[in-house]
Amino acid sequence: MIEFKDVTKTFTSKDGDLTAVSDVNLNIDDGEIYGIVGYSGAGKSTLTRMLNGLETPTSGEIDINGDQITALSGIELRKKRQKIGMIFQHFNLLWSRTVIQNIMFPLEVAGMSRKARQEKAQHLVDLVGLTGREHSYPSELSGGQKQRVGIARALANDPEILISDEATSALDPQTTDEVLDLLLEINKKMNLSIVLITHEMHAIRKICDHVAVMDDGKVVEQGTVFNVFRNPKQEITKRFVSEEVDPALTDTNRIVEDLIKSYPDGTIVQLVFHGDQAKLPIVSEMIHEFPKLQVSIIEGSIHQTQEGSIGSLYLQITGNKESMDGALDLLKKMRVETEVIHRD
Amino acid sequence: MTSGSYFAFKTVDWANMSAATWETIWMTIVSMIAVAILGVLLGLLLFETTASENIWVKVLNAVVSFLVNVFRSIPFIILIMLLLPITKNLVGTIIGPTAALPSLIVSAAPFYARMVELAFHEIDRGVIEAAESMGATGWQIVYKVLLPESMPALVSGATVTTISLIGYTAMAGAIGAGGLGNLAYIDGFQANNNTIVLVATVIIVIIVFAFQFIGDFLVRRIDKRTL
Repeated sequence: MIEFKDVTKTFTSKDGDLTAVSDVNLNIDDGEIYGIVGYSGAGKSTLTRMLNGLETPTSGEIDINGDQITALSGIELRKKRQKIGMIFQHFNLLWSRTVIQNIMFPLEVAGMSRKARQEKAQHLVDLVGLTGREHSYPSELSGGQKQRVGIARALANDPEILISDEATSALDPQTTDEVLDLLLEINKKMNLSIVLITHEMHAIRKICDHVAVMDDGKVVEQGTVFNVFRNPKQEITKRFVSEEVDPALTDTNRIVEDLIKSYPDGTIVQLVFHGDQAKLPIVSEMIHEFPKLQVSIIEGSIHQTQEGSIGSLYLQITGNKESMDGALDLLKKMRVETEVIHRD
Repeated sequence: MTSGSYFAFKTVDWANMSAATWETIWMTIVSMIAVAILGVLLGLLLFETTASENIWVKVLNAVVSFLVNVFRSIPFIILIMLLLPITKNLVGTIIGPTAALPSLIVSAAPFYARMVELAFHEIDRGVIEAAESMGATGWQIVYKVLLPESMPALVSGATVTTISLIGYTAMAGAIGAGGLGNLAYIDGFQANNNTIVLVATVIIVIIVFAFQFIGDFLVRRIDKRTL
């Protein structure tokens, strides 16, 4: 359990004070993946750097499993840091060490014997899927492989929490997904809490349970990923969600306009799914019930979140008025959010 | 035999030449070992005291930095004279290879310290922070991160410093420190024997090349940043 209580961080400089984090209150439960999303400069990195004491809050208090981080110093703080794994955007591996030596670094810091270090590190190499690369140097690895080393290194001292500071931001989409899958796997396997900082809603949607949206040092919105995606309240959250749910939104509008021109007699509906409906054979049910309808899919995107599916589907339906009304009723009955975008 | 000829090899006393060569190599290596140790310590001190908020640390940094700059600016030949009394106290004599050591070390250590400081500054800040976030102590960061991660720069800096030290040993030789510089000056220049000067030059060039080769070789071996 991680608790932020009224945490504020102000940086003092010659050009005046800068409040990077302002009055943040957050509770992160054991074993969950908690996402913190925001644009750069929103204060999310500063917030997490206070978790392991790399920054100290100007006011407020941070507790990790009962230990008040802000009250620790010296050897106690270093001992606690060993239990807080961290992975970074630019991996921050030592180029002078091989994969396995990098993973052994935190074990050396913790004072583990050479033999035990070797065994532990080898186990971690296998866990992150780098078997066979243990004696490679970081410069011989791809970005995704480097981040796997970073993850193994962060897990070395069996941490209580894992902080991921923009860990996928330097990676291509496919590698991002692989790394996110690995984080999720680790979270499930070890019941390890993960704090995931990112500016990509994609990462949040894919693996997080809860999300906090940060803007200008404040947490402006928080809740389950599912609820925040389904019903974003703040303008900035809506922006993040729209980037993710429908990246081709403008494209779709254009297609819809074209279709209205090409098929002026058709009806165009948008179906929005949240949750279990996305698993039901809604469209085939509709065609089955109303065989006189012609249905074609214009555009669709369905995403899996940790709590269910969300997404939208654009359909063009042509047919007689009776069948059409019946179909729309059926959709309502199946509790699919339906919006008629154009009806002749 | 014409005096002034460059090629009167029969006039060369090879035993003397070989002894002088070993003196030069000895002075270079012994002073370089001391310079490497002192330089790394000074460089580390400069690095660790930069960008501190503490006023006393700032003062310490300013003082060390100033001394380093002063000793780096004194021409070597003048530094030898300046250090003569100290050398006499320390070594007991002002003649011979051992007597050259204090001034060689004092002149090259600040030079190397600046290179060390620079090498540490070139390490990615994120890597140091990663080590901190893993709970490493200050000393663990020094010997597990700073030193290994800057090793190629430390070695190439040491190579450059060693080569300028070879030049200094020759200069020190001219005023009595022994070695090839001394031989070239006494038996060559003063005796009007250019062959001795030429042979001493060639040997010095070979020594410089050898150190350069070893340095480059080591850097290539250590540097794993690009493979």
